[in-house]
Parts: sequence; structure tokens; C-alpha cells
Amino acid sequence: MAEQQPVSTNGRAGGDDASNGVLEQLTDDQLRWIYQIMRRIRRFEETAEEAFRAAKMRGALHFYIGEEATATGVCAALDDGDFITSTHRGHGHCIAKGARMDKMMAELFGRTTGYCGGKGGSMHIADIELGNLGANGIVGAGIPIATGAALGSKLRKDGKVTVAFFGDGAGPTGAFHEGVNVAATMNLPAVFVCENNQYGMATHADFANAAPIHNRGAAYGIPSASIDGNDIFEVYATAKEAIDRARRGEGPTLIESRTYRHKGHTVLDQKNYRTREEIAEWVSRDPIERFVKAVNEAERLDEDDFQAIDGQIELDIEHAVAFAEASPWPTVDVIERDVYVE
Amino acid sequence: MAVTTPQASASETATREIFMSEALREAIDEEMTRDPTVFVVGEEVGVWGGAYAVTQGLLEKWGPDRIVDTPIAEAAIAGLGIGAALTGSRPVAEFMYSDFMGIAMDQIVNQAAKNRYMFGGKAKLPLTYRAPFGAGTGNAAQHTQSLEAWFVHVPGLKVITASTPYDAKGLLKSAIREDNVVIMFEHKAIYAMRGHVPEGEYLVPIGVADVKREGDDVSVITYARQTHHALEAAEQLAAEGISVEVVDIRSLYPLDTDTILRSVRKTHRAVVLYEAVRFGGFGAEIASQIQELAFDDLDAPVLRVGAAHAPVPFSEPLEQASFPDTAQVVEAIRQSLQGLY
Repeated sequence: MAEQQPVSTNGRAGGDDASNGVLEQLTDDQLRWIYQIMRRIRRFEETAEEAFRAAKMRGALHFYIGEEATATGVCAALDDGDFITSTHRGHGHCIAKGARMDKMMAELFGRTTGYCGGKGGSMHIADIELGNLGANGIVGAGIPIATGAALGSKLRKDGKVTVAFFGDGAGPTGAFHEGVNVAATMNLPAVFVCENNQYGMATHADFANAAPIHNRGAAYGIPSASIDGNDIFEVYATAKEAIDRARRGEGPTLIESRTYRHKGHTVLDQKNYRTREEIAEWVSRDPIERFVKAVNEAERLDEDDFQAIDGQIELDIEHAVAFAEASPWPTVDVIERDVYVE
Repeated sequence: MAVTTPQASASETATREIFMSEALREAIDEEMTRDPTVFVVGEEVGVWGGAYAVTQGLLEKWGPDRIVDTPIAEAAIAGLGIGAALTGSRPVAEFMYSDFMGIAMDQIVNQAAKNRYMFGGKAKLPLTYRAPFGAGTGNAAQHTQSLEAWFVHVPGLKVITASTPYDAKGLLKSAIREDNVVIMFEHKAIYAMRGHVPEGEYLVPIGVADVKREGDDVSVITYARQTHHALEAAEQLAAEGISVEVVDIRSLYPLDTDTILRSVRKTHRAVVLYEAVRFGGFGAEIASQIQELAFDDLDAPVLRVGAAHAPVPFSEPLEQASFPDTAQVVEAIRQSLQGLY
């Protein structure tokens, strides 16, 4: 009988600041990369929110703030050529997979210079060349696509791994079951990363899912793990193990990363489904602060490193907004262009 | 039309007749030979050989890495095609029945069809979906529908269907070579129809209609199995001196409006014939285009012949009466000609 086989980092992090040796295994460059990506995600979204509230952009923005460690830790363990599928809350995945913030910002502004020439917006940023197969406006829909990318890799023998990011809101969907089950039956090089940020809009994950999502690994006969998604070191170590396993041809893994969105579902939020205390408690476990604290305690990077990275990010952000604002709007003659390969 | 009588003096190539299911299999097999990134994925496509035997023998020839059996999971099948196509493969994904595409609708409509556009033209999906459709097989309401209009309504998809083995092979080969998402609907009732298919390489282009019979008095615009009802009706009416032109559109999107209009401008009368539920069906699009673009050429209203406004019933007399047959086509042609004869 298929037993749940934890990939093991369950309980590894004894306390908030314990990285259990993972930090020590990372090079200074890797630590700088992690800090830079998490900060880029946060600053990108803070800036986008300002622009949205200033009516410089429209539509919907779903914020990833508070969840940065999951995308960053997972993508830190991926190779450049590997694939991801993302979600409607996808800015973090895009940035962690290497997307440019200026082209992302321009897309949010609906300009021609954006990733999708203004045709996609926040929920549809993709960069196939970077291996980002797309954010997705349909909850759960990236999962079967990720399974397909993993099947393609298996058939083409290209050695690549695909990570499907999805939220707790995708847990109840049929796409989850079909995608994960097929990947398991075909032993595909895929990793399914559930970002359990506690809520799908106002619906709590425990209401939406009859049992914890990570429990389902046993049902599919694949390893699974439930991890502290705000601990970048636990995320990285767990993802690395799962990705390596997939690359070795040993099949998929299901990871449930427990985290929290500090912001509402979108810029507009009912604010009636969670308490200030709950938010404050999660904010106190902020993944970026925990990372900085752990790095400082380990006496690895110094203050200059952080300042240099922060300074560059502010320049990049400033440029991204200026670039977006200065970029032209699409002309209407492109409405029916790019529907098909001509 | 391509369902020919053998030519006594011609070579084997000229006279070869095969089933439509074989023609489709040849298309897949040839494209798999031509391009190593082509693979087949779907329910029972391997060991079983496909519910309608289209992929029979291909597992033995190509192995499980090119002929991929899946569990019953239509959303996953659609998604497998998308993910593999986005990353460099050229999948041919089969739905056992087009009726089952409802389960995969999000993947087809919101994902496959829209990825390229949403991503600003930066994604390429060389992806073919195949799906048997149509009534007359006694499989009742959930295995006999003609749902092509659903898909034609979604920008980003191409939709094709064949009435002959020749067209089936050539169209499917074109579809597999497309860098777009193409849905090929295959009518179940004509998988076992034999027709002329030459040996060797040929393609039937997507987006080009075929005049299957030339005539002067009425144009019947149709596709798939109904093409044969139109041809039978034309043959019957020829005995009365009525000359019917039969246009097999072959491609619903893109639609070869030019060929349709050329025919209607010649005959001045049009009957649009399709096997889907008549109301809201694809025939309405054809009829609308004809009246918009050739109104002054028309001597009679454009008529539509389609299926009853009901699910497809099981019992044979009910099922057979639920969708157009040759007699209904004859009747519609006569109606179009009323006042002339």
C-alpha cells in the first residue's frame, strides 16, 4: 500500500531562525540572489499597488506579499531551463523565474512594451524562453499544463523539471486531481507546489479542502511534504529534494507550503473574514525579515550587501515605472493580431 | 467526390481505396515519421488502438513514448497537449468522444485557445485535438453530439472536419504541421467509409472548401457526413433535371467564404446542411455570411437543415429522425426552388 513518504523537512525547522544547516550550504551569491528576489517581489507589488490606487492601472491585482519565500525558494532550486506554471497571484513566480520588472510593470500598465504587449495584464504574464509557461486566471488550470510540460520533457528526454504553483483554492478543483494523478501514473518530472495562503478570497483553506492538501500525496502514491512556507531555507531544501528527485526520473512530489498573503485578495478586499490579530501574527513571521535575521545571526552577508541590493532595486523600480508610463499604448489595429501563428 | 469507383486501367496508387480510419492512421504515422516531436496521447489510443481503431498498430510500431495511453481524464489530456506543445513537442491528443470535451472545456477554451494571444504572441502551440462526433450509431445523448459550434466561437482555435478518407488524411497532416491549435472532428458514421487515397505524400490545406459536385440550380453548403446526404440528394434530383452543387466546407474556421459565395452567386439559392442542432448551429454563421455578402444574388431565402432541438435519442427510429437524412435534404432543396419549378 502506498504510504505517504515525506520528503522530509517536516519539522526540520525547529524554530523561527533555525535553518538546520541549509543556510550554511548556500553560497553568498545564492543568499544575495534570494534576498534580491524576495525584495524585488515585495517592492514591485508595493509599487504596483500605489500605481493602482493612483488610478494609473486597472483590472485586478493579486498580491503575493508575505508569500515571497515560496516562489523564491522553489525557483532557487530550479535550473534556468526548467519550467513553471503560475497562478492569478503570479508576480512572485514571474520575478523568481527571472522576469524583468520593467516589462512586467509595462504589462500591468497595459502598454506595448509589456511582456504580452498589453494583451494579457497581471494575470497572464508569461515568458516561455525563461520557462515561465504563464500566470493563469483560472484557479487550478496550470496544473494539467504543468503535467503536459513534464510529459513533454519525459518524451523529449530534455532533463527538465516542471513546477506547478497553485493555491489552496485549487485544491478542490478537478484540474488538480486530473493533473496530479496523471503525473503520478506516468511518473513525470513534475513538482506540485501548493501555496496554502489560508484563503481563497474569503474562503478558508480548511473549509474548502476536506483534509490537508499534503495528505493527498499518499492517495497518489507520491511523496509529499507540509512545510513552513515563510522559511526560505525549508522551502529551498524541500523543493531541491523534490526537484532532484523528479530530475532523476523518480516522479512527482506534492509540497504544501503554508504561508499567508498580507494583503487582501485583490486591491479590493472585503476585510471581513480575518482578524487584525491573525494578520499581525503572520506579519510577525514575515519571510524576508526571518531571512535577514537568520543571515545576520550566521554572520554571512553584511549590511552593505543588503543596502547595495536594496539600492539597486529602488533604481530598477523607478526605471520600471518610468518605462511603463513612457511606453506607448497599443494601437487598435493589433486587436486581432496574435490570435494565430500566421 | 473522392469516394470513387476503381479505375480499371490505373496503377495500384491510382486505385487504392482505404477506410477513413486507415487514412487518419496513415496521416498520424507519416507525420510521426517526418517529425520526431509528434506523439499521440489519449484514452485507449495504445493497447486498444483507439475506440474507433484510428491508432491501431501504432503502439506496436512506435512504442509507449510516442503513443501515450492516459487514464480517463479529459482535462488532463487537453492540458498534456498544451504543456507539451508549449515546451517543444507536437502532440496529437485524442478525445474518445467529442462529447467528453465538456470536461476539458477550460483547458481548451481558456488555455489552449488563448495562450498565444494572452502572452502577446510569444507562445506557439502546435497542437491537434482529434474528436469523433456525430449521430447514427445508437450511442444515445452523451456519445453522439455535434458540438463544433462551441469551438468555432472561440478565437484561437481552428476547426476542421472531413467527408472523405482523402480529405481526412490530407487535413489531419496539415493540422499536425500547424503551429496552431486545430480541432479535427471526425464523424463516427464514416470511419468505415472507403475511398480513394493515393499512396504517398499530399496535404489538404486548412481553410479551403471543396466543391464535391458541381451544379447550377441550388448550392448545398455542408460538411462531414452530411456531405454524403447532399450528394445523394443531388443524384436523386438530377433525375428530375435539377442541378445541385455540393460545397463541402472542410474547414469551419477559417471558413472559405469565397468558395461558398462563388457557388451561391452561380446558383442564386443556398441550403445550409449540418448535423448539429439546427438552432444556434454553425449553419447560422454560413447563412448569415451569405445574406450579408451575396444578398442581391439570392433568389430565395437561405435555408438551414439541421437536427431537432432535443438531445440525440437512443431508439433507432427516433435517432434516425432526429438529424437530417437525404429525404430532408431533397425536401429543403425543393423548398428553395419553390416558385421556380
